[in-house]
Amino acid sequence: MPLKTIDDFSIRQLHILDENGIVDKDLEPDLNENDLTTLYQAMTLSRLADARMLNLQRQGRIGTIPVNKGQEASFCAPILALKDTDWFVGSYRELGARLMRGETLENALLLFNGWEEGNVNGHNDRTLPVSIVLASQLPQAVGLAWASRYKGETDTVVLAMFGDGATSEGDFHEALNFAAVLNAPVIFLCQNNQYAISTPVKIQTKSRTIAQKAIAYGIPGIQVDGNDALAVYQAVKEAVDRARADAGPTLIEAVTFRMLMHTTADDPTRYRSDDEVAAWEDRDPLTRFRKYLTGKGVWDEKKQERLEADCKQQIDDAVKAFESRKPFASDAPFDHVFGTREPLIEAQRARFLARQGKEGDHGEN
Amino acid sequence: MAKINMVTALNKTLHASMAADDTVVIMGEDVGVNGGVFRVTDGLYEKFGRNRIIDTPIAESAILGTAIGMAMAGLKPVVEMQFSGFSYLMMHQLEGNASRMRTRSRGRFTVPLVVRMPYGGGVRALEHHSESKEVYWAHTAGVKVVIPSSPANAAVLLAAAINDPDPVVFMEPKRSYRSFKEEVDESDTDFKIGKAHVKKPGTDITLISWGAMMRDTLKAVEQVQSQTRFSPEIIDLLTISPMDADTIVTSVKKTGRCVVVQEAQQSFGPASEIIALINDQALLYLEAPVKRVTMADVVMPLFAREQLYMPSVSDISRAIVETLNF
Repeated sequence: MPLKTIDDFSIRQLHILDENGIVDKDLEPDLNENDLTTLYQAMTLSRLADARMLNLQRQGRIGTIPVNKGQEASFCAPILALKDTDWFVGSYRELGARLMRGETLENALLLFNGWEEGNVNGHNDRTLPVSIVLASQLPQAVGLAWASRYKGETDTVVLAMFGDGATSEGDFHEALNFAAVLNAPVIFLCQNNQYAISTPVKIQTKSRTIAQKAIAYGIPGIQVDGNDALAVYQAVKEAVDRARADAGPTLIEAVTFRMLMHTTADDPTRYRSDDEVAAWEDRDPLTRFRKYLTGKGVWDEKKQERLEADCKQQIDDAVKAFESRKPFASDAPFDHVFGTREPLIEAQRARFLARQGKEGDHGEN
Repeated sequence: MAKINMVTALNKTLHASMAADDTVVIMGEDVGVNGGVFRVTDGLYEKFGRNRIIDTPIAESAILGTAIGMAMAGLKPVVEMQFSGFSYLMMHQLEGNASRMRTRSRGRFTVPLVVRMPYGGGVRALEHHSESKEVYWAHTAGVKVVIPSSPANAAVLLAAAINDPDPVVFMEPKRSYRSFKEEVDESDTDFKIGKAHVKKPGTDITLISWGAMMRDTLKAVEQVQSQTRFSPEIIDLLTISPMDADTIVTSVKKTGRCVVVQEAQQSFGPASEIIALINDQALLYLEAPVKRVTMADVVMPLFAREQLYMPSVSDISRAIVETLNF
């Protein structure tokens, strides 16, 4: 009996905007001027806020942060395809996405200065907090999606983000499998930024693309230029439309690059060359998008100046608010161990407070 | 009132909870069409359908991770880990997310769910099917750990776990699944999460146990009482975490003597914690050192040897007599 092919697979790659901001007219998404400027403003705010946070960290004014520079298109553009009633399930390197979802910069500063209070988002109750353990947020995305459908929310979808390193975790594979089997409306968006701390993607996986991992789970997968805001938006939009129509989950690989360190505790010169980084400078997502907007006549130098001044003001205000914030209650951790009042926990709280009163500090030992 | 076994009691509670509240859903391996390998979910699939009784792929981490998402979105998932020996794959979801989402989000997101798992030895099972690892979960702040010992308290506590605002690991002693029957009153107020149950008040010695060891402790009491008259106060711990220190300490202050019976291996277990609580709050009331009866710190042997290693009725009896006579 001859061998026969029982199925054929291929993986497609989407580019819409080239490195000079020239758009492929046939593929150009249907976004109005307002959407386009909203997206560009969000990417710019993300870039500038990230730079300020890096400065603040270097000055010892906040703790360790994961820096975002270079990935703005891959995390901001997807948010444009969501409604407020959709869920956003992120990892930790999506500052601009979180700001677009209504989180405040002040909260980000609080969180990265060691306050859980930074995770309290009054603006959108469908944005999960930063998730540190790689891929562990992905099964949650499936659960949120499934529950939405179960509760009769026929329109809700879930956007989940993670990095290339997360695709080696069991939870990534388990979540894709669950989502596929349960037909859960989830968009899995991988920001392939080429490095998991020092580990390059080529030793993270033998697969030529991350997108092709979708094939094994029987769901659509596509690779997009992650520094091309239009391509990212378009791929996410199509996946969102499919998910809303109950046509199941999608895996999107956004190919991008982490221009700086993994976190402020990392030294990337130990594992990659300046030349490699320089090559990605030419593919910068903001420069490219700005050229496109300028070419389209919706952006100019004056608007740029105004935007930068406005972002600077927002950031200054956030830093000021953050730094003038009164300390939160020292015993707040006792409030949230359980949803019920437990004598054992309350006894420990009383001891903690008594000791604090005596020593007037956080009570070492 | 008819007497029923623990499996039937749990099953009836699941039926009642699902009928009463349509946010309750069940997930796990073989829980639907098959009714669960121990039949605890029997008949639920037929009654409530595949949208509420979800047969999942075999992936414990994703089962719990998905349930966490469901819980954050307003459902009350009751997850089954087929055997506790397979549950370690979900540990990072429990420790990394379920236990701390309330703290992480300062109460904005909560994770009310139940993880049921059969555990414990004495049923001549294969490797990984006989351990008692309640301490793994109990050492995680933000997780409640409940272990029933009888059909009646299993029914009441499972219903309470489903209605609890926090993640509850509900460990079912499988040796007790079908070993005895009793009348079950779902409205019994003796059993509450976070409360130990004084099964029998007494004055001479406090005996504390939980799970399948509770019955062995009662047998040991009978054995000793056939030789000596004494008045034991018998405490069924029921909630491992957060532990009911008050009931334990009050009892030990009264009796001055205590034996703790734990199926798990000796070191770092709940028995150690109980003794530490007594040390903190009732040391000067003691008339004898507190004894613990436990398994040795060995890997749970396969079933040819397990009876040699699990605490036996005579081990418990001996500990009681030694403590009484100290």
